[in-house]
Amino acid sequence: MSFDPVFTFGTIAAAALIGLGVSRAIDDMSSQPGSPIAASELVTLKPGSFNHPQPGEFLKDNRPAPAPVLIETIDAPLEIMKFQVSASDYDRCVSDGACKPADSRHAGNVPATGVSFIDAQAYASWLSARTGETWRLPTDPEWAFAAGERFRADIEGGEGDPSDPARRWLTRYRNEVALGRKPDPEPRPPGSFGLNSRGVADIAGNVWEWTSTCYAHATMSSDGTVSSIANCGVHAVEGFHRTYMSNFIRDGKSGGCAVGTPPDNLGFRLVRERGGLLRAVLRRLGIT
Amino acid sequence: MLTRREALLGSVLTAAAVATIGSAPVAAAAKDVAGLPREKATLVAPPFVHAHDQVAKGGPKVVEFTMTIEEKPMVVDADGTQLNAMTYNGSIPGPLMVVHEGDYLELTLINPDTNSLAHNIDFHAATGALGGGGLTLINPGEQVTLRFKATRTGTFVYHCAPGGAMIPWHVVSGMSGGVMVLPRDGLKDEKGKPVRYDRIYYIGENDFYIPRDEQGKFKKYDSAGDNYDDTVKVMRGLIPTHVVFNGKAGSLTGENAMKAKVGETVLIVHSQANRDTRPHLIGGHGDFVWEGGKFANPPAKDMETWFIRGGSAGAALYTFRQPGIYAYVNHNLIEAVELGATAHFTVDGTWNDDLMMQVEAPKAITS
Repeated sequence: MSFDPVFTFGTIAAAALIGLGVSRAIDDMSSQPGSPIAASELVTLKPGSFNHPQPGEFLKDNRPAPAPVLIETIDAPLEIMKFQVSASDYDRCVSDGACKPADSRHAGNVPATGVSFIDAQAYASWLSARTGETWRLPTDPEWAFAAGERFRADIEGGEGDPSDPARRWLTRYRNEVALGRKPDPEPRPPGSFGLNSRGVADIAGNVWEWTSTCYAHATMSSDGTVSSIANCGVHAVEGFHRTYMSNFIRDGKSGGCAVGTPPDNLGFRLVRERGGLLRAVLRRLGIT
Repeated sequence: MLTRREALLGSVLTAAAVATIGSAPVAAAAKDVAGLPREKATLVAPPFVHAHDQVAKGGPKVVEFTMTIEEKPMVVDADGTQLNAMTYNGSIPGPLMVVHEGDYLELTLINPDTNSLAHNIDFHAATGALGGGGLTLINPGEQVTLRFKATRTGTFVYHCAPGGAMIPWHVVSGMSGGVMVLPRDGLKDEKGKPVRYDRIYYIGENDFYIPRDEQGKFKKYDSAGDNYDDTVKVMRGLIPTHVVFNGKAGSLTGENAMKAKVGETVLIVHSQANRDTRPHLIGGHGDFVWEGGKFANPPAKDMETWFIRGGSAGAALYTFRQPGIYAYVNHNLIEAVELGATAHFTVDGTWNDDLMMQVEAPKAITS
């Protein structure tokens, strides 16, 4: 690994500050090579359990089945960005040479859009290095937990009919049409889509968000066990509905064979790993 | 021995003699047309087609149509990109007009004074006067009525052709549509056996050339005239910014997807006034396809993809055999997916395992 002045400053600063018990000053101290990073506004969600339709495609008795609904438990407080990462925040990562410029003509106080899973990962690494904290994409269950009442899973075609696979396709197509969502491509300033019951902003607006959950084909056997084959070249994206995109896609719009509502825009928000600051520092210092 | 020239001359003389002796004039005079029954057709916006008989009832008639030209901004994609559209009857494409061979198509074309440009109409189905273009040029505030005899069967393009550089610009601004001239006894397969359709859809494909600003964003113009210089520059590159069905990317998907049932026969008329295209029905076929669109030629059978020459309309007949979602695309897949040329059919009915089944669902590879 090459010498990274950004990272080095960040680590030393963070290590020093932990000793002092100061954490809010990190931004200023770690930002010397680049412009200051505004502290992201976070929402801290209390642990909890909820029913969650699982991501991926499911087979039961050799035919497509609706996603099983399992109880998910978030067992520690979840710190998630209140807003999506903004275009101006993302541009700081670009200025530092750690992120590729987004494929979006929208700048400033709007969500970063035109970004791929790879871009989102690069931003999380950069932000972690700059702050000395551990930032990462939420998993699909974490995102759903934060989305609360605004979460919508995959658009379902219902139970597969062994004698007629087309029925499920038609049902899914019509379910999607019935939602009546019209394209809404212009990103809007943070907060434009309001807060959900958990105080998280802009859930299910016109920016779909990357998660760290891989797309999977799962087979359910009669005893309830699930075996799955994941494809981590494709990740779940969440918003008005949950869908799946290849890691390098920056614009979710497409026509062709694919039917359905394409994401208007692709963006992301991050979660901060609790205890991540200490862990990151220890890891970087070679102490595990 | 009779030379070829003498033979030709002879036949001409014979024909002339017959014409002189025969009682039927070669061409009907206007007064003869005046005696024909008249019928008013009410046009509907594509992809639908006005009510019509597949087999003509009675003798030739005059079928009257009226179209009003509308210049107006139209949105051509999900991003809200705006085209300063010029339209026949408010839609892109203009409506499909259906008559039978030997009928007279009589169009009243209106150019309201709210428009800013002169327009006309060139019917590829018509004979003479640049397809009627030479007799129909009207300024804003004028109207004109043209009649032509439908002498050839088939599907044909019509488009605006107001002269010179105006021609391609008007066409790529949306001014094209279709005419279908059916044989009086209806469509026939390659053996001459009648074929009929349960539904008909008319798909007009358009290529648009919308200028971009320095940031690469599509530009908006107050009026058609304002965009002319910029648009012509894009047109000369010959690379469209949009290739769409029915005037807009996604206009024939979702709630506007075309519908059919298993066992139903659908006639799909596809026109492209400017540029070649290659329709393909994903998961289906063209049972009978008139690629060139002219019904006097036997249809090609069992086509996977068919070719519509720029400046023509073709027709494909298909009986759906399997339910599901079908995509109907321009099988230049870049144009289909990236530029917009995709439509959908939702087809209800009973699945046929004999035609296709998933023998085993996806699972881990077993060595």
